[in-house]
Amino acid sequence: MSAFLSYLIHGISLGCGFALIASGIIIIYRITRVVNLAQGMFAVVAGFSAASALDAGLPHLLAELLAIAVAAIVGASTGFVAIAKRGTSPQASLIATLGVGVFGYAVEVLTWGDQPRSFAGLSGAHELWGVDVPSQYLLIVPVTLLIFAGLELFFERTYTGKAMSACASNPYAAGLQGIGVLRMGLYGFGLAGALGGVAGVLLTPLQPVSYDSDVSLFVNGFAAAILAGLKRPVLALAGGLVLGVAESMVAGYARASYQSSLALLLTLAILIAQATRREALQAVEE
Amino acid sequence: MIRVDDLSVRYGAATALDGVSLSVAPGEKVALIGANGAGKSTLLNALSGVVLKASGSIRIDGRFAHVPEGRQLFGDLTVEDNLSLGAYRGGTRNPAWLYEFMPELGRLRRQRAGSLSGGQQQMVAIGRGLMAEPDVIAIDEMSLGLAPIIVQQLARKLSELNAQRGLTLLLVEQSARVALALCDRAYVLETGRIVAEGEAAELSDSPFVEAAYLGRPVGAAS
Repeated sequence: MSAFLSYLIHGISLGCGFALIASGIIIIYRITRVVNLAQGMFAVVAGFSAASALDAGLPHLLAELLAIAVAAIVGASTGFVAIAKRGTSPQASLIATLGVGVFGYAVEVLTWGDQPRSFAGLSGAHELWGVDVPSQYLLIVPVTLLIFAGLELFFERTYTGKAMSACASNPYAAGLQGIGVLRMGLYGFGLAGALGGVAGVLLTPLQPVSYDSDVSLFVNGFAAAILAGLKRPVLALAGGLVLGVAESMVAGYARASYQSSLALLLTLAILIAQATRREALQAVEE
Repeated sequence: MIRVDDLSVRYGAATALDGVSLSVAPGEKVALIGANGAGKSTLLNALSGVVLKASGSIRIDGRFAHVPEGRQLFGDLTVEDNLSLGAYRGGTRNPAWLYEFMPELGRLRRQRAGSLSGGQQQMVAIGRGLMAEPDVIAIDEMSLGLAPIIVQQLARKLSELNAQRGLTLLLVEQSARVALALCDRAYVLETGRIVAEGEAAELSDSPFVEAAYLGRPVGAAS
């Protein structure tokens, strides 16, 4: 029983991290119709930056906030490369984000080396139903919930949030209403960078980050995002949690190496299921 | 209100507009008719600034709203969100006043814009344009794909706004019949050039326009 509980708690924290990655993917997609393949890189950059800042003697919180700011800037810069040129199709932008991600490897390896790095998160542990849970695990959940509540309010209730959704829905018409489509897209990339950064600084104390951690982060985040139909961040939270818990259980009761295959299998299953839906077929015809 | 002088627009090597001049006075109802590919939508896009001009000048006094061809609604958003985004440049974001003027929009406000019929979508598109509280509204292919009775309803609403509030209208239509019935004056655009202009009544009697745009064959005219 206590093994089950600890797998569950581990899975929930992991799922929150996936959900944060997914929210960035969804936000960029909602505004620009671009699938951002560099989303995992934002988390990696933030993880490394926070570790460096702490090594340099900065206090916690300040170091993490700085790392999130760096990730936001990297996000906006990625957006600039991907969408700033007039008339770039979302497909071409997707390739550009892939290029930025690979370029990120080079910068990361040269700056931080090729060894995994980590830093100590919140110290201490709490006992929950007879299981010792490290405090860092407990920190991830409320932070993630708060961020998702904020995103939901922003996109569903605010005028700017709706204007951003309008950009993805019909960029031409959005431009006619005077909405700065490119500017909104860059804001989206910046916000996604910051959210990736939050995931990075929260997850790095749980599992060390290395330059190529972005692949598994992206795969899991993308799986959670398409569970949400690339639409509502709140559904991605549910998707991320399901995925995190499932993977944690598989790793715990079966074999750890099956863990990442699960995300890929799930992604494949969802993509096939969605491709056979009528709406998806109609969207392709449009 | 609108003054276009010697305007040219090119897409790469192709010339979409070639030395177009036209003017629309405040409170006037002007039609721009022409076949598919004549450059009508390009002209409106140039007026909106989403297409860059190669040469010539454009002057618009007051607020300009452009209702694009094919409605171009935000299909994932509700009718109300579509309308309120029409006021993005400024003005009242609450469409309450519009619901009084077009009650059907009020009834549809919670629906997803993408789920509406063609006529309803056109109403939302025009409503979104009106939300900008424009001095002049340009509507591209309002009648395309709509039943005549729906077109008449929309035309009546626009005439009302023109008469009561002095809203200037620029109607761009393939269907000369609709445009000439509603408007005072018209321009005829062919392959990027203005080939005819005049009073609406005068143009609808001209054999040239009859043959080309009203679909009544006149033996010798071609």
